[in-house]
This record gives sequence, structure tokens and C-alpha cells, in this order.
Amino acid sequence: MGNDELILLNYWPSMFGARVRIALEEKGLDYEYREEDLLNKSPLLLQMNPVHKKIPVLIHNGKPVCESNIIVQYIDEVWYDKAPLLPSDPYQKAQARFWADYIDKKLYDSGRKITFHKNKEEAEEGKKEVLEIFKVLEGALEEKPYFGGENFGYVDISLIGFYMWFHAYETCANFSIEAECPKLMAWVKRCLERKTVSKSLGDPKTVYEIVLKFRKKLGLD
Amino acid sequence: MAEVAVYGAWASPLSKRVEIVLKLKGVKYEVIEEDMSNPSVWLQNYSPILKTVPVLIHEGDPVVAPNVILEYIDETWTGNPIFPQNPKDRAKARFWIKFIDEKCVPAVMLACWGREMVQQMATQEAYNCLKALEDELRGKKFFGGNNVGAVDIAAIFLALWLGVIEEINGVKLLMHDQFPLLSRWVNDILSCSIIQETLPPRDQLITYLRTHNPNSFPSGT
Repeated sequence: MGNDELILLNYWPSMFGARVRIALEEKGLDYEYREEDLLNKSPLLLQMNPVHKKIPVLIHNGKPVCESNIIVQYIDEVWYDKAPLLPSDPYQKAQARFWADYIDKKLYDSGRKITFHKNKEEAEEGKKEVLEIFKVLEGALEEKPYFGGENFGYVDISLIGFYMWFHAYETCANFSIEAECPKLMAWVKRCLERKTVSKSLGDPKTVYEIVLKFRKKLGLD
Repeated sequence: MAEVAVYGAWASPLSKRVEIVLKLKGVKYEVIEEDMSNPSVWLQNYSPILKTVPVLIHEGDPVVAPNVILEYIDETWTGNPIFPQNPKDRAKARFWIKFIDEKCVPAVMLACWGREMVQQMATQEAYNCLKALEDELRGKKFFGGNNVGAVDIAAIFLALWLGVIEEINGVKLLMHDQFPLLSRWVNDILSCSIIQETLPPRDQLITYLRTHNPNSFPSGT
């Protein structure tokens, strides 16, 4: 693994891109960060992810790896000798993969209903869904410090990027995640104490400003 | 219960995916047939969040979500691997499986079953998806190379179910002259004896899908 060239194509508010940044940091890897303008995607992004044309893309020695959870698993498998992100036991691994998959399938779409709602009803619906998802995740967390148990891992990485969007969710649908899901927020605070996480997440207030800008552009406000 | 059991449904491509992998690895298993529209109490207990087939039970412990199950089987019974050994190719396989489940199959379903308004757009999207898979097959017999791999097994929907829903709806998407490689792949994959003996009979599937809402299929998770 001598001279690895790593380039990450990302858009900093992306909760998916955050996963990859955190994984790279957890493994102590040097990489070049390139910010993409999603309204003016670079030729490199289009070339490296021709199927979806989406960030994040990790380019490792010139070859692309796409889809955030797939990239995180890739990073874990290549740099297997330090800071393991997934459990080694197949059954525990399956549990971790299930939860990351659940987060992937549910949270983004429901969150989008809140931030890009066309009317109050849609925002309310999104809020209900997001809170249901959070309650399920709190159940999965049980009394453990992290989803994986004692150690920060794959499921934590899968979820924590969404914290950047919590303020936007709360403001758009007028609720408090801390009040409704205190256990989840305790887990968030625990994760934010890790430097690998705090340096990989952008400011939630700035994310909200971006949401407002896009809402105006889309004619929603 | 046997050491390995599958809560499955004979008409479900996701369920059959799991059975094919178990058979390819020579793992003995018992099928517990579920009615997809009315999941049993047992299934709901084992899969409280998804409440859907397939569920793998190994020594009494459940593994849920089709692709999580596939990776679990590959890691637990290591003979005849269906996922590539090196991380880069494994990441590619995971990418294509996700593409098939989240882009290709929904687009194809909408192109066949969707209302007129969405059908045209969905048809274009379906063609784009099939084209991406056609390109991926270039220079290879199977998506997995010389042998059937995880991506081929995930794509089994295209080998049988697609033809069935095309026939029911009088739609033709997978045309031989537009997709010669995919068409050839369909023949090759259906010629594999293990796959042949595991898949449901075509005429039975046609009868079933004529009278059952395809949206009652468990969605890919």
C-alpha cells in the first residue's frame, strides 16, 4: 500500500460524502479533497461516475469507487490493518450492514420531505417519518456508546453525517431532535468528540442557509 | 427447524436470489413459504423492521435484507465464492447490485406497469439502465467473469421476471438487436442447471403476476 494516490470528489454538505471523509480520517490516510459544484460538475466526476454522475467518488490510484457505503467498506478492506470499521464476525457484520442499509433507504428521502417541502403537510409528514426512523435507531443503539458497541464503526459513520442536516430539519418542520430523541443526541455528541468526525462535518447553520437558497431557486418559498 | 432455513416466497426474485446462492454453495436449507401480502407472525418476529421475505435463519439467528444475506452466506460458507476476492472488484460488484436493485428494476417495473404519463420517461430510464448493464457485460460471459457471480444472481430478475412482465403488459424492453450481450446472458444464465431448478416455472409466474399486484413484491433492501 506504499504510495497510494487518493482523491475524494465531494460536496461538503453531503451526508454521504461525510461518511467517506470520516473513514479516511479514521484510517489516518492522506488524500486530496476536491469540492464539486453540483450545478457544474467537473469532467473528472462525469468520467469517474458515468452511471450516476454523483458524489462522493473516491479515486484510488486513478480508479474510481462510487456509492458512499460501498466506498467505506472498500477503505476498510484495503486498509484492513488499522482501525477496523466493520466487525470481523460475519453475523455482526450482517447486522452492521443491515443498519447502514436501513439508514440509506429511509433517512435521506424522509429528510428531503422536510427540507424541500412544497407545503406544511409534506413537512409534517417528513418530520413524523424522520422521528420514527430515529426512534428505531435509538432502539438499535440500546445502551451502547456506539452502534457497533464499544467502538465507533460502520453504522455510526453511516449516520453521523446527517447531523449536518439536523438544524435544517428542525427549523423547516419546527421541532427539536434533542427533545424528541435525547439518546440519539447523546450519541451525536459522543461522535462529535472524535476529531475524525468533527473535522469531516460542515456547519449545520450553513447547511440550513444552503437549503433556503435552494428553496428560493426551486420556487418553494 | 433445519440448521439453515429461508423464509421465502416462490414468486419473489429476492427470495430466489438467496436460494440460488445457497444451492451454488451446496448448503442444505429448508424453505418456509410465506404469503407476500400477509407475512406470518414468525416472519414479523424475525424481521420486525422490514417484515418481508427473504429472511435467512442460521442456527436460530435471523439475517435480513437480500444483499446483506448474500454477503453473509458468502462469508460463512466460503467455498465457491460469489463475490470477487479483491476489494476493488468487490466494490464494483456491490455497485452493480445496488444499481440493479435501486435503479434498473424500479425503472423496468414502471416502464411496464406504470401509467401512460410516466411510462415514456420510465421507458427511457429503463433503456439507459439496460444499456449500462449491456456495457458492463462487454468482454465477459457473465457479470462475474467466466463464472456466475453475485451480480448475475442479483440480475436474475432480468432473466425471468422481466420477460414475464413484458409479456403480460405487451411491452418489449430487452430487445435482442439493441441488447445482444444481455440477451445472450439471459440464455446463458438460464442454462445453468442450479439456477434452472431453483427458479419458478415461467407459466406459473405469468399466471401469478397476471392476478397479483407486482408492487406487493418486497422492495429491495
